Amino acid sequence: MTATEIQNAPHRWWRSRGVRRFVRHRLAMVGLAMLIVLTLACMIGPYLLPYDDLYIDLRARFSPPFENDHYLGTDPLGRDIAARLLVAGRISLMVGFFAMVLSTAIGTVIGVVAGYYGGMVNSALMRFVDAFLAFPSIFLLLALAAFINPSPVMITIIIAVTSWMEVARIVEAEVKSLRERDFVMAGRMLGLSNAHIMFRELLPNMVGPIIVAATLTVARAILLEAYISFLGYGIQPPLPSWGNMLNGAQQYLATAPWLAIIPGITITIAVTSFNFIGDGLRDALDVRTAPT
Amino acid sequence: MAGFLVKRLWQSVVLLIIVSMIGFGVLHLTPGGPLSQYALTPGMTQENMDRIAEQMGLNRPLPIQYLDWAWRLLQGDWGISYRDQQPVLTVIGRHLFATMLLMVSSTVISIAIGTWIGIRGATHRYSTFDYTATVGAMIALSIPTFWFGLVGIYVFSLELGWLPAGNMYTIGNGSVLNYLHHLILPSIVLALVNIAIWSRYMRTATLDVINQDFVKTARAKGVSERRVLMKHVVGNALLPMITLAGMQLPNLLSGALVTETVFTWPGMGRLFLDSLGYNDYPVVMGLLMFSAILVLLGNLIADIVAATIDPRIRLA
Repeated sequence: MTATEIQNAPHRWWRSRGVRRFVRHRLAMVGLAMLIVLTLACMIGPYLLPYDDLYIDLRARFSPPFENDHYLGTDPLGRDIAARLLVAGRISLMVGFFAMVLSTAIGTVIGVVAGYYGGMVNSALMRFVDAFLAFPSIFLLLALAAFINPSPVMITIIIAVTSWMEVARIVEAEVKSLRERDFVMAGRMLGLSNAHIMFRELLPNMVGPIIVAATLTVARAILLEAYISFLGYGIQPPLPSWGNMLNGAQQYLATAPWLAIIPGITITIAVTSFNFIGDGLRDALDVRTAPT
Repeated sequence: MAGFLVKRLWQSVVLLIIVSMIGFGVLHLTPGGPLSQYALTPGMTQENMDRIAEQMGLNRPLPIQYLDWAWRLLQGDWGISYRDQQPVLTVIGRHLFATMLLMVSSTVISIAIGTWIGIRGATHRYSTFDYTATVGAMIALSIPTFWFGLVGIYVFSLELGWLPAGNMYTIGNGSVLNYLHHLILPSIVLALVNIAIWSRYMRTATLDVINQDFVKTARAKGVSERRVLMKHVVGNALLPMITLAGMQLPNLLSGALVTETVFTWPGMGRLFLDSLGYNDYPVVMGLLMFSAILVLLGNLIADIVAATIDPRIRLA
């Protein structure tokens, strides 16, 4: 193959080194498989199950798993746990995903601006980041949740508002290390605007670390939603979420332990899969950060 | 050292001011704000709401309200709890010991186990133990703390009957043993996440130290492997862990809140949730600020301790 042929070869991103390394990462593949199965189950599952997630079957209250066509048993109102679990999955996964999108956007903008301008702007923004990190996230989240209308959209927003700091720190450090490079200087001499240099020239160079941080943020957001919904300030019934399914489970722990065990395992599987994928991406994209 | 102290203290003061602004903003800018508890009173009219707002000084410009509030905060006047009509700081003080007890005992557990796993993982790199510890830590970080608590109660209290399912002590039994017995399960539950984090960082820190020249020199001198590890490696690897312990404080407090809820542990977390339920706005606000101040203080102490031990930090 001549040099020109190599140059003209179509760019196949799926054959790049990063993708190959990711595919060879055993944990990441396990995580990806778990996530795909879980997502498909949540999307299609509710249509295949015999019961609706809101249908109240009073004669079948507290029915244990694997005994009748309530495959995973029923809750204290006689609602089908399997159906609720999968519908809850749609909500919990969506909240986790969109909270990640929003918090990554906030964190990226603040990080890029702080890193690029440096000086006073940097100190002001980064002290703001530090101050936000001083609040225990659950305290801040609950204080916010108690004063808003707890719809899934608002819950997503408050989770994003309390989890953008990590991304901001990573992006700021990256921008700082790239700011003095020649291509930035060249951009300035070409008369490109600051916004263009920040978001079109600098940002594409830090996609790797941002993707890794974003993946781990999904894991964190799913956990945070579970925490506040468990405590009664997140997604409100009758809308199911993995967290609020556990909300009343403690009082039935002795008589109906499956109420607590099933949603808890599901949350752990979902969060683990994102953590595994994040670990694989970190290795594949060669991102050097602190260990998880 | 004096220069370092002044610089670090100044940093903390700046952070404290920003923290107080965020805290103030949180509860004032959300719809409802401090008035939300009155809005629920039956028969409440708009005129009455306006009058209460005026009495509470809520119709003044926000910066004035903030300065007034911050000044009173500094003087130790954190407001009066709506629920039991006691000063907020007194109410928080009553719940401080329980939380501290839980946090300290779980930190001791997580440092002991996490350090051991981390060092062993680093010295037996890529062994089955190391691999299991890595995967185990990632799973441990994915388990919701409250759920782990529920499973613990189910197994150890309900099925085996070994440990109490909640509370800090049995009423009428104030012995130390009784307290310890109640402390075991919540401490372990709270420690799980920290064991995972601690072991990961300890592994990295140990690997960083283990390849350095002074370790090779010690080995070359003929120092026994055990002594190299205990004296040269672990001591140096533990240094960054002091800062880490400070950085983990917010997570520890968050975890404590959830753990206390599950175990009906009479600490600050439980108080926070109860106060939320009663719309006890001064206590919620007070706890939010108090926890953030605790974190800033913890970080400050961790940094000072690290700088005292390691001159590289204070001279940097």
